[in-house]
Amino acid sequence: MSDSQASAAETFSADQVRHLATLSRVGMTPQEVEGFRAELASILSHIQALAAVDTEGVPPTANGADLLNVQAEDDARPSLPVEAVLANAPQREADYFRVQAVLDSS
Amino acid sequence: MTTTTVARTETSWETVIGLEVHTQLRTASKMFCRCPADYAAAAPNTYVCPLCLGMPGTLPVINRTAVEWTIRTALALNMRIPELSKFDRKNYPYPDLMKGYQISQYDMPLSEGGWMDVEIDDLGRQRIGITRVHLEEDTARLLHRENEAGERFSLVDVNRSGVPLMEIVSEPDMRSPQQARQYLVQLRQILRYLGVSTADMEKGSFRCDANISLRRPGDEALGAKVEIKNMNSFRSVQRALEFEQLRQAAALEAGETIAQETRGWDEEAQVTVSQRSKEAAHDYRYFPEPDLPPLQTAAETVEAIRAALPELPAARRARFEADYGLQPFEAGLLTEEPAPAAWFERAVASLGDDVPAGLPRGIATWFVGELTRLMHDAKPPDTLETIVVQPAQLAGLVQLIDAGTISNTQAKDVFAEMYASGEDAEAVVERLGVSQISGEDALAPIIRQVLEEHAQAAEDYRGGKAEALKFLVGQTMRLSRGQANPAQASELLRAALDDTAE
Repeated sequence: MSDSQASAAETFSADQVRHLATLSRVGMTPQEVEGFRAELASILSHIQALAAVDTEGVPPTANGADLLNVQAEDDARPSLPVEAVLANAPQREADYFRVQAVLDSS
Repeated sequence: MTTTTVARTETSWETVIGLEVHTQLRTASKMFCRCPADYAAAAPNTYVCPLCLGMPGTLPVINRTAVEWTIRTALALNMRIPELSKFDRKNYPYPDLMKGYQISQYDMPLSEGGWMDVEIDDLGRQRIGITRVHLEEDTARLLHRENEAGERFSLVDVNRSGVPLMEIVSEPDMRSPQQARQYLVQLRQILRYLGVSTADMEKGSFRCDANISLRRPGDEALGAKVEIKNMNSFRSVQRALEFEQLRQAAALEAGETIAQETRGWDEEAQVTVSQRSKEAAHDYRYFPEPDLPPLQTAAETVEAIRAALPELPAARRARFEADYGLQPFEAGLLTEEPAPAAWFERAVASLGDDVPAGLPRGIATWFVGELTRLMHDAKPPDTLETIVVQPAQLAGLVQLIDAGTISNTQAKDVFAEMYASGEDAEAVVERLGVSQISGEDALAPIIRQVLEEHAQAAEDYRGGKAEALKFLVGQTMRLSRGQANPAQASELLRAALDDTAE
């Protein structure tokens, strides 16, 4: 492990992993938390290699392609048949997706 | 006592309100795919494509019209349009988002820094700052159900997901629930004038969340703010804010601190209820949408959109008052929506170039009075699209009144006929044989008869009792079965009485 990898791993805490897991609604065992901590730290340190590039004077961008204003005309076209829409539904009820209750008023 | 509490707290605390409005654009297709956007009458999950479902491999493409309409709205709200804008992902797990994120705008919205003048009759005009108007996508609709076994679940209809949604965020510049309501009324009016949204709160195409806090007058810092959701009408926004104003004042008076939280408006109970005080601050992990290149808006494009803006409600109201001599309330009623204003102006235009002063005002009076009443009384109520009477016909009626051919009272009957049959005013007058008896010759025998039959009243008038004249005019109207011109009758009566006095 290089020095930069070691420092990134140290700065990525188990709490941060648990926070991410909560935000993503993913359950994790303590072993998994530790596993992801190491894995995420390693990914971050890998990406940290980008910090070595001199970006002085280069405007920030979110897109790799040098594109602007890619737009479509506002013309409606037919959608999928409802059977195709619901084909992958884990649970369905009539023509709806059925999911766990999301508002618990208790 | 409640009343004393209200009176005291209103002077001890200043209310600070900011509003966040989400309004659907009435484009033909959705924001990032070409599924139809007009889902109101569609069967569930029929306006859905792989992109709506968040399928891997799909790519969003920005709806050009949605961008143009957002800029149009922004310009009507006096906003700046930055040259560059981009979309971002707002991440949160909820079943109304098939992708697990909503495409929205974070730090580079389509517009920033505008304002709207809010006018309330007795409070005057107040300029309300508008922080930003940006573009995002609507979410899927959730229906909450419980079956016979007591099992609770939700149903998802994806049709609404991806419909263009404009977010309009105000500064915390409002100081009363009444002002907040008026802001919404005027904002909806502008959206309808622009034709970009149906802006119907009850149907969900116009939604409002309100932030409210209290502070001591003169304080710079804002108090802990409460966000109120789930309000389905302008009235419920005002009621919820009024309730919250009192709740917070009472809590502060009692030495409590206000929890920064989201509260829902309970329409039945007319109270706000804490929704998720325990939940940690949202962590949306915004990041730039990698699938959408940024938008660049050239200054010429902005100017072209600005040049094509229609006349807006405030300007039209002012013009109606200035050009047509309307009272503020008449101008306000006529310009509430684009359709009545256009109808009224067609009526005025039918009078030709040289419109006699007073006629437009007459048309306005008949529009907001009899016409509105007849439309309202019809079952089912009529609209300007369903009525048969035409703008030029109302103008014709007002001309007959102005010329003294028929009296106002007669005109009501004539107009009722016109409203029912779509005939011209003159045709109805002819058919019914109504016309005002206004010639001196025609009135003279009637006046003679009145004076004979009511000698005592005539005597009273000569004796200096001026009110007696009113009685005699009334008798003249009765005897002529309403066909006399009252002003002329009064004049002729006075002349006759003065003659005989000498």
